Amino acid sequence: MNDDARHWKDLALYWKTHANWDLLIAAGFGMLLAILVRSLLDRPRHLPRARAWLLGLWVPAVVGFGLTAALHYQNPLFAKWYQLFTYGVVAAVLWRVRHYRPAATMLWAIALPALFRGLDVGQKTLGIHFIGAVDGYVKVVSKISAPLLFGLYGVAMYQKQSLAKEQVRRAEEERQRQLTAARNAELERLVTERTATLTQQASELQTALAELRTTQQQLIQSEKMASLGELTAGIAHEIQNPLNFVNNFADVSTELVVELEAEQASPTPDLSLEAELLADLRHNLTKINQHGQRAASIVRGMLAHSRQSTGERQPTELNALADEYLRLAYHGLRAKDKTFNATLKTDFAALLPLVSVVPGDLGRVLLNLFTNAFYAVQKRQQCGVAGYVPTVSVATRRDGDEVEIRVRDNGTGIPEAVQAKIFQPFFTTKPSGEGTGLGLSLAHDIVVQGHGGTLTVESQEGEFTEFAVRLPFRAAG
Amino acid sequence: MKILVVDDEPDVRLLFEQRFRREIRSGEFEFSFSYSGEEALTFLRDHPSEVVLILSDINMPGMSGLELLRHVKTDPLPPPPPLVMMLTAYGDTATHDQAMQLGANDFLIKPVDFAALKQKLQTIATT
Repeated sequence: MNDDARHWKDLALYWKTHANWDLLIAAGFGMLLAILVRSLLDRPRHLPRARAWLLGLWVPAVVGFGLTAALHYQNPLFAKWYQLFTYGVVAAVLWRVRHYRPAATMLWAIALPALFRGLDVGQKTLGIHFIGAVDGYVKVVSKISAPLLFGLYGVAMYQKQSLAKEQVRRAEEERQRQLTAARNAELERLVTERTATLTQQASELQTALAELRTTQQQLIQSEKMASLGELTAGIAHEIQNPLNFVNNFADVSTELVVELEAEQASPTPDLSLEAELLADLRHNLTKINQHGQRAASIVRGMLAHSRQSTGERQPTELNALADEYLRLAYHGLRAKDKTFNATLKTDFAALLPLVSVVPGDLGRVLLNLFTNAFYAVQKRQQCGVAGYVPTVSVATRRDGDEVEIRVRDNGTGIPEAVQAKIFQPFFTTKPSGEGTGLGLSLAHDIVVQGHGGTLTVESQEGEFTEFAVRLPFRAAG
Repeated sequence: MKILVVDDEPDVRLLFEQRFRREIRSGEFEFSFSYSGEEALTFLRDHPSEVVLILSDINMPGMSGLELLRHVKTDPLPPPPPLVMMLTAYGDTATHDQAMQLGANDFLIKPVDFAALKQKLQTIATT
């Protein structure tokens, strides 16, 4: 047993001195380095082929160990050369990926041990010895090279992690960016869609507006015609009267001529009678002319009323205009209700200047005011109050730069709540079918927009209503 | 015979004066003129028992011819009561019936046929 033990001990000693064990240690160290570097470059994307190189690092060491053991040749330089070789392979791999910051750091980490190993190997191989001081530095370097390597490896790992975090952050950012882009695209699509809808709606509204405008024009025209219809009887009466005078004066003039001829044929002509007859004839012709003019002016007014307004202003005698339409409105109502009677009062300012207005339009305003006034007094009269005298009055006056026409009636009056609405289109208190509700609205437009004036109302329920048309005075040119 | 003509048209006066110039000159007819119902009533009160016949228009501002007729027929005027002849442009039956109901003595439609009117007046004057 003792021999046996000694035998094994001798064998061990033999192998210890006759094999390059340090080559195997160096292989272990090389594999450790390879694993460290691999873990640093764990992602195949960094260098897939390097994997084979790094994992195969042990092969030359083991082969070398086997060969030298078989030949019973021991040399400590093999291990050093092999170490230098592993540094070289690792450095080459790291150099390939030097743009990767942990790899660059790792390169620095192995630089010092590799340099030291290089110097060591060079020294031993060539048999050179550094002088004392340099040798001291080299020894210090050899002592700090291992901690330096592991320290820098730590730094490299930290860098790797922070790079990985950075990449995750970047990826997240990119995802957010794409998400935002997608959302923007969606918003863009929605906006386009909405814009298309709005554009379509706008064009539909435009069409509707155009239709409304046309309808408005038609309504204005039918309102004119409606008010003309109300007037027809009044107009007929107003024309009939002057025509009767024309006929009568013509007839009587014929009689006068016959008488004059008889007088001239007489053997004793009465010269003073002849002169009187001639004066009467002349007078009658003037009257015929006057009443003819009166009828013509009524026809003209009626045509102007029904025509589409040309909007042309002309110097107008407001007193005559007001008087004409007062009579037309009165006789219009009289024609419909023969029992109706009203006192008409006029208070026209003498020397009222000519005012530049559109006569047809302003006539329509006055007609509307008069018609309303007569309607109001008629309504009050129908209440059957004793001693009630229906009265409609019109007054004109000049007030500074304005001319004012006031139309007043002592009719039913307008309640305050209604006063606010009377100028609104389609507002009417008349039973359906009797009024369009456009009269005062149009009157307001004509006065305010057409002539730059004002149309105001003052009323007390059961007492009176007074409308005031104020027109800026313009001297007729 | 004194005749009161009531009409709001002032030219009616001129017309009557020329149409009846011979009758006026001969004194057969004497015309007075009022331009409203109110004026006519005042005239009747101021000239009692003078007017034999009233020729009145119906459509007048203020007091109408029919109201004047009612006043003449119902108010206590000094006798003899004047005859009333209505003259109107509105010759519808409603107005006619109303006038007759109120006691109108005649109802003429404008335009006036002066020849016929003269005849009627002369008939009244001679009876």
